[in-house]
Amino acid sequence: MSRLPTMEFDGVIVGGGGAGMRAGLQLAQSGLKTAVISKVFPTRSHTVSAQGGITCAIGSDDPDDDWRWHMYDTVKGSDYIGDQDAIEYMCSVGPEAVYELEHMGLPFTRTESGRIYQRPFGGQSKDYGKGGQASRTCAAEDRTGHALLHTLYQNNLKAGTTFLNEWFAIDLVLNQDGEVCGLVALEIESGEVVFVKSRATVLATGGAGRIYATTTNALMNTGDGVGMALRAGFPVQDIEMWQFHPTGIHQAGVLVTEGCRGEGGYLVNKDGERFMERYAPTAKDLAGRDVVARSMILEIMDGRGVGEDADHVLLKLDHLGEDTLRKRLPGIIELSKTFAHVDPAREPIPVVPTCHYMMGGVPTNIHGQALTQGVDGADRVVGGLYAIGEVACVSVHGANRLGGNSLLDLVVFGRAAGIHIEEAMRQGIDRRGPGEEDLARATARLERWNGSSSGESVADLKRELQRLMLVNFNVFRSGENMRSSIGELAELRERIARAHLADKSRVFNTARLEALELDNLLEVAEATAIVAEARTESRGAHARNDYTERDDDNWLCHSIYFAPDKRVGKRSVNFTPQTMEPFNPTERSY
Amino acid sequence: MAHPCPRRGGGGGTGDLALVTNVASFGRSGLADFVLQRVSAVVVGLYALCLLGFFVTAAPVDHAALADFFESLPMRVFTTLAVVSLAAHAWIGMWTIGTDYIRRHYFGAGHTVYLAIYLIVCIGLISVYVLWPLSVVWTVP
Amino acid sequence: MQISLYRFDPDTDESPRMDSLELDLPEGRDLMVLDVLELLKAEDSSIAYRRSCREGVCGSDGINMNGRNGLACITPVSEAAPRGKLTLRPLPGLPVVRDLVVDMSQFYRQYEKIEPWLVNDTAPPARERLQSPEDREKLNGLYECILCACCSTACPSFWWNPDKFVGPAGLLQAYRFLADSRDTATAERLAALEDPFSVFRCRGIMNCVSVCPKGLNPTRAIGKIRTMLLSQGI
Repeated sequence: MSRLPTMEFDGVIVGGGGAGMRAGLQLAQSGLKTAVISKVFPTRSHTVSAQGGITCAIGSDDPDDDWRWHMYDTVKGSDYIGDQDAIEYMCSVGPEAVYELEHMGLPFTRTESGRIYQRPFGGQSKDYGKGGQASRTCAAEDRTGHALLHTLYQNNLKAGTTFLNEWFAIDLVLNQDGEVCGLVALEIESGEVVFVKSRATVLATGGAGRIYATTTNALMNTGDGVGMALRAGFPVQDIEMWQFHPTGIHQAGVLVTEGCRGEGGYLVNKDGERFMERYAPTAKDLAGRDVVARSMILEIMDGRGVGEDADHVLLKLDHLGEDTLRKRLPGIIELSKTFAHVDPAREPIPVVPTCHYMMGGVPTNIHGQALTQGVDGADRVVGGLYAIGEVACVSVHGANRLGGNSLLDLVVFGRAAGIHIEEAMRQGIDRRGPGEEDLARATARLERWNGSSSGESVADLKRELQRLMLVNFNVFRSGENMRSSIGELAELRERIARAHLADKSRVFNTARLEALELDNLLEVAEATAIVAEARTESRGAHARNDYTERDDDNWLCHSIYFAPDKRVGKRSVNFTPQTMEPFNPTERSY
Repeated sequence: MAHPCPRRGGGGGTGDLALVTNVASFGRSGLADFVLQRVSAVVVGLYALCLLGFFVTAAPVDHAALADFFESLPMRVFTTLAVVSLAAHAWIGMWTIGTDYIRRHYFGAGHTVYLAIYLIVCIGLISVYVLWPLSVVWTVP
Repeated sequence: MQISLYRFDPDTDESPRMDSLELDLPEGRDLMVLDVLELLKAEDSSIAYRRSCREGVCGSDGINMNGRNGLACITPVSEAAPRGKLTLRPLPGLPVVRDLVVDMSQFYRQYEKIEPWLVNDTAPPARERLQSPEDREKLNGLYECILCACCSTACPSFWWNPDKFVGPAGLLQAYRFLADSRDTATAERLAALEDPFSVFRCRGIMNCVSVCPKGLNPTRAIGKIRTMLLSQGI
């Protein structure tokens, strides 16, 4: 390939969601030459779909609230494989990050005293689990993600961030020292391929829920950052941990916020029984998401599901009254009417656990710097590469994320990465540029698709992959099914390598994008399958039929996965917060 | 709804219109135009009512009655005010229509010339409609 | 089902064309128009359109369905094409990039022009700025805009002066900041809108209100801006 056109920036952020734009804002305000690359116009990023809120101990609902209580809940929610230094950082810095958002203009719902409204959310307690349910999730009605994303975009406009909108990142570019010195990207409208050179490259590409046939995730959540990292030889961590949100609308997969249960809604089975009282006597419907999702599936498997196929349960909201619903959950009324043909003020909403969030991702430290393992098994910082938001695994979510913690993760670590890059630039970074072969490696898969002349279609292969993952890597997983899936995925890899891109046109070619996305979906799916099979225990969102118990002796650790040799390793969990004693693993009940 | 334009850039590119349009506007203030248009409408409305009243009550309506009616100083002033209001109202309206339709998209690169011609014609016509009635009202003994 | 689809690729086509397509819809389910597009694309991958969240909050898939702007993902086929034939075109009034994809830069420029960010000259407090529920209530019906452009591209005034008339979407956001009790730039914002085009080209046609997929009312917001301009001018 001939020399690519080149653009050069101090910092390049791949992804225009909440994390990417928070980092972009930090960098732009510091005067660094910053670009945010996004495959969609930034306000179309998936953060926009976040509904319920951003959990943070700002003490509006309860003036005695303490970030340490939030930290305890998060550690417990993670089933003890969340890194406690990172969780400590997130929960303690959180209030500052949330106040900043408010100062930027985020239209939070207000209390009578004019402070930010906080609602109850799952897994949130007072006084280290002893003081009952906490209301800690700061909300802008049930459109918090929308409000947050638009506010961040607006402030990036103000700060003068350069946006490369509707550009698709193909692969990272490494120099001869194995450092990341930028990426190769495709301008979707013109079809032009460009080398975007940068001294710091930040992956903020979000999740990959589209490896499943039904998911609450947007159609574009295809794990592009995970794919890029794995192909570049960098590992992913805890990638087997996929959160199934208890309340996705039956069949449509559209999310219904946990805030519904926070506001007093609850789940019922076909007998009208509030079954969560049996599974989680204290927290009931506001237990951890993994717990609620499993309980729902058990109800359905026991024949107490609702509907012709008895394949879902119901979320009851009508007792809250139309006024409360309209005031607190107006978006849910809209979505239920559109996608379930149900007015929640009158009838319950049919719901089923639906793939929602990727707890795993590129391992990072609390500054967002991507980590890999040296030959001695010790952590090593990857030069030039950062990861933030859902694509990253800091890890603050461990084996199960709490509701409202994802938005907090985005802004806290987006900000932290920005601050760190700013500091690093001040000290001066000089990286070698790439050679021809380094660039060629980054464009190889694009060349492969462009050169394909026959083979299976992207749409068919994608459908097959999504179906396979949905059936075999759902709320409950069996060793046997996972083992056979690994074989099928290896076969799929062969088939995708020979698949055909029929449309090779230049301008706004979305078929080409979907082909490139399929490569990424495959990377995520295969990593998920191999690590899920390897983790021989049940923890958090990873529930196995053949290993039903948590195994702290062998698996109180992160999994780590390298794609080139399909190798699964282990990495220790951080139990050393800076300002307090760690929370040690105990039995997790709600 | 209108057809989308098939080619890039076909919808915009009216930057050089700004000079003509801004100069042509009253004081370059949309607010002033907005207020003027409404105040002038009220004046013209009242004047129309006044005329209606005359035509209903005066019988027969002949030249003598008309001359008599328009002869008084208050009526001459009112008529002048109404004519000027009508002119202002028409000018704002015609200018708005012109700047809506006479654009590069429909008229090509020379659209500003067309717009200028259109506005000059409007000014000419409006001038006639102002000067003619005023000359009648103020010259009849 | 019969579908008439707007196709245009600038590299190969002299001018756009409408393709007639046939599609067998699955029984017993009322698909959304986006589902139809996805089914068509599975057959012919060269069809280009934007889409993402598929639940009406990201604003990607604003298109023109049987003459009416809306979001493909939350418009049931039965509603878009009650008489059985579905006609899909790009949003009107903006340059077409390819098929159903329009160049939205003019739309975004108008949004940027109103300086859509909170301005407050006072030093921020250590905690949040307080805002009463009543003041916060004033932002409802404004901040929910998803920038899908259905309204502005249904507005004749925006078709005529897309470079100078801010358009309903931009004005809704202009009012969102004018109405925010925390914003201190009211005078500057109003001064920037006072020219004959930015706000005053709104003729109250109200196409924006009738197509907004989020049920918002830009015309009312524009009326409120005019009232603010008036009371400030007097």
